[in-house]
Amino acid sequence: MTGSEIIPDVERRYQELNRDAERGGYHLNPDLSMTKGLIEGLLINKERYGYEACPCRLAFGTIEDDRDVICPCDYRDPDLSEFGACYCGLYLTGEKIADGTGAPAIPERRPSRSERKAKQMPGSGQEKTLPYPVWRCKVCGYLAARDAPPEVCPICKAKKDRFEIFIS
Amino acid sequence: MVITPIHIEGKDKGKVMLYALSTCGHCRRTRELLNELGVSYDYLYVDQLSREEMDTVLREVEKFNPRGSFPTIVINGSHTIIGAREDEIREALA
Repeated sequence: MTGSEIIPDVERRYQELNRDAERGGYHLNPDLSMTKGLIEGLLINKERYGYEACPCRLAFGTIEDDRDVICPCDYRDPDLSEFGACYCGLYLTGEKIADGTGAPAIPERRPSRSERKAKQMPGSGQEKTLPYPVWRCKVCGYLAARDAPPEVCPICKAKKDRFEIFIS
Repeated sequence: MVITPIHIEGKDKGKVMLYALSTCGHCRRTRELLNELGVSYDYLYVDQLSREEMDTVLREVEKFNPRGSFPTIVINGSHTIIGAREDEIREALA
């Protein structure tokens, strides 16, 4: 698919993302030409890989390798807190929008390829001490004490596979 | 494997290589800046390469920028600028 076939969908996706962002206490970048360019990138990646990988990161095309950079990525909220913007500039804080300087160039927070490979999966031999395990959304930090994570995070709309066991 | 980048003619400010992604706003801004400065440069859209080519190029990028992030500009094979840092790019190519 070429970019030109995607363009009619950009406006629709922009409206959806903007609505979800505002409902969840987030804001899209008010620079519409940049924001819609990034959303076009998300749609191109959806077409290429089957999911909306961050347009400013190189996706590898397998969900195991790319899960942490599916938008909204695991690094959005830490970057919003530290820099007032997410890595690609799709999301800005209200404060950053007010100062009008736009999306800054910020350092990549995602670990390098070799660091990601070296990262061990958390141990699974913990004793269960609570009536329910606590699941944490890696995107926005939402916590849910229940047997399994919700299908979709009620706060940031990330899918179930973005949750990790926080306390069990 | 030899991957030939796309060459843009302009003023000679040394060998300027831009590694970028076709979907990235910061990369687009960086290309616009290089075009505005009118310098000669080469660029590659790494996301548009085959998987094998991508691996080769990413190893190249990681030599200059271990995080393998984009945009990465390498000037004369030594000076690396990571991200769309306008002031730094203008200064390096003045």
